Amino acid sequence: MAEVIKCATRDAYGRTLVELGDRGANIIVLDADLAEATKTGMFKKAYPDRFVDVGIAESNLMGIAAGLAATGHTVFASSFAMFAAGRAFEQIRNSIGYPHLNVKIGATHAGISVGEDGASHQCCEDIALMRTIPGMVILNPADDIEARACVLAAAEHDGPVYMRFGRLAVERVFDENYKFEIGKGNILSDGTDVTVIASGLMVGEAVTACKKLKEEGISARVVNMATIKPIDRDIIIDSAKKTGAIVTAEEHSIIGGLGSAVSEVVCETVPVPVVRVGVNDVFGKSGPAVELLHIFGLDADNIVKKAKQAIELKK
Amino acid sequence: MDSIRKKELQVFAAKARMGVIEGVYNAKAGHPGGSLSICDILAYLYNCEMNIDPKNPKCETRDRFVLSKGHAAPALYAVLALKGFFPYEDLKTLRKSNSYLQGHPNMNKVPGVDMSTGSLGQGISAAVGMALGAKFDNSDYRVYTVLGDGELEEGEVWEAAMFAGNKGLDNLVALVDFNNLQIDGTIDEVNSAYPIADKFKAFNWHVIEIDGHDFEEIENALNEAKNTKGVPTCIVMKTVKGKGVSYMENACGWHGKAPNEEQYNQAVSELNAKLEELEA
Repeated sequence: MAEVIKCATRDAYGRTLVELGDRGANIIVLDADLAEATKTGMFKKAYPDRFVDVGIAESNLMGIAAGLAATGHTVFASSFAMFAAGRAFEQIRNSIGYPHLNVKIGATHAGISVGEDGASHQCCEDIALMRTIPGMVILNPADDIEARACVLAAAEHDGPVYMRFGRLAVERVFDENYKFEIGKGNILSDGTDVTVIASGLMVGEAVTACKKLKEEGISARVVNMATIKPIDRDIIIDSAKKTGAIVTAEEHSIIGGLGSAVSEVVCETVPVPVVRVGVNDVFGKSGPAVELLHIFGLDADNIVKKAKQAIELKK
Repeated sequence: MDSIRKKELQVFAAKARMGVIEGVYNAKAGHPGGSLSICDILAYLYNCEMNIDPKNPKCETRDRFVLSKGHAAPALYAVLALKGFFPYEDLKTLRKSNSYLQGHPNMNKVPGVDMSTGSLGQGISAAVGMALGAKFDNSDYRVYTVLGDGELEEGEVWEAAMFAGNKGLDNLVALVDFNNLQIDGTIDEVNSAYPIADKFKAFNWHVIEIDGHDFEEIENALNEAKNTKGVPTCIVMKTVKGKGVSYMENACGWHGKAPNEEQYNQAVSELNAKLEELEA
């Protein structure tokens, strides 16, 4: 059996910032006193002259990022998802989104898998918030390979990007040959009875769920949707047509995230049942990350259950 | 400052005030009071202080201006129009649905606007980012931002002030339009930011207090700012809200209201009288 590689997407974020520096990319990295945790500390160590810690002031973090971008710089601004998308929402909306400035927000510690810190830090609303900002690109990678690809793509992209990374080390889904493109989902395995559309750490769970469903004679397509905005309408419509039922899976509130984005496309094009796996409009709580994921139904078993429900709704 | 230059600036500022009235009257909405109070500082910045070129508004080495109190857009637009960034006649399209002159400044639509603002407290952060950008590029352009005194109640102002002071951004000048009025009343009644100068000093800024309608004091303060190294400069400008239009001066009610036809005619005749007096 091949060795299982586990890595947190935040680690890939830090490493890829250094890689961008090594390539000579003219980036500036900002953090708000969380450089060790967000992993921008790796960049700080390698390129101290291109790193600025603004201190515990996320609103000002985004404003400074906007000002730097307005003077022609490509800026990566980092904090935890709760404080980046949450506290600084309006700064992102008005100072970055409205003028469409070249700021790449690296938001780490997203979702329930923050673990022991509990509800105050478990941000399950960030994608919903960011989706409402016109022109914002939202990327939620599944593993370290995809996280690296997202950071490289964000650096090339002209305009604001919100990148969502996790604290927890997760199993690798992709291999080194993986090709990522903003706005494109990809089919990890094809099937005919139901489609599971997943993002972030739920992609690995979706792959496991697909195997379990197969053992029960159910053929599931698995779609990895790393770009939440702009959402890949074509792959959703194709999946709705070919499988007639969809389950979405995300480590985010069922309100406003991937589940909502997929439902919006399905409702307006090929209305088929959509059942959402996510955080069910509740706050999180403290506990070990993996245990919490099971408690909140963010696992393969729940995807299997919801897939059967979706298939049942077809009838 | 020689008397000819001073008179030229006074004429420019009076014309800018006329532009404010034209814009707000035609829009039937907008913020005349806080626009009129900053016409003198904008007149000086855009005529004597800042390195700008209306024919090349995106020039990388230009000085930057951020109107942190974005609701005073009518004053900025009037000054930009008078400088030739766009036609003066366009001021009459302010806030119309087919106009590029949005209610608050939009950097992607209006030539000469360096930052989109309007949500109070955010402009100064962007100005700090621009000043930091100049340091990263080893460029010697300077960054100017105008804040309202009521705006000082926003916490983000002090996040930005703390950072700029700690980083010693001496290419940054924050100008506080200290007219003592905000929407709901006087500053001290609502939520006093006093003492303004002492607060900025405590955040490691060089602070200068002046009369914001006196061009000599403005000139001296900006020269002092340029010669101040290692710390940013805050210029607290005592101003009169509604300056130049008698019935708007020091009146809280003219923060966000357009004049009716009669009031418009009176404002225009007062400003014309001022111009005639200056040009006599």
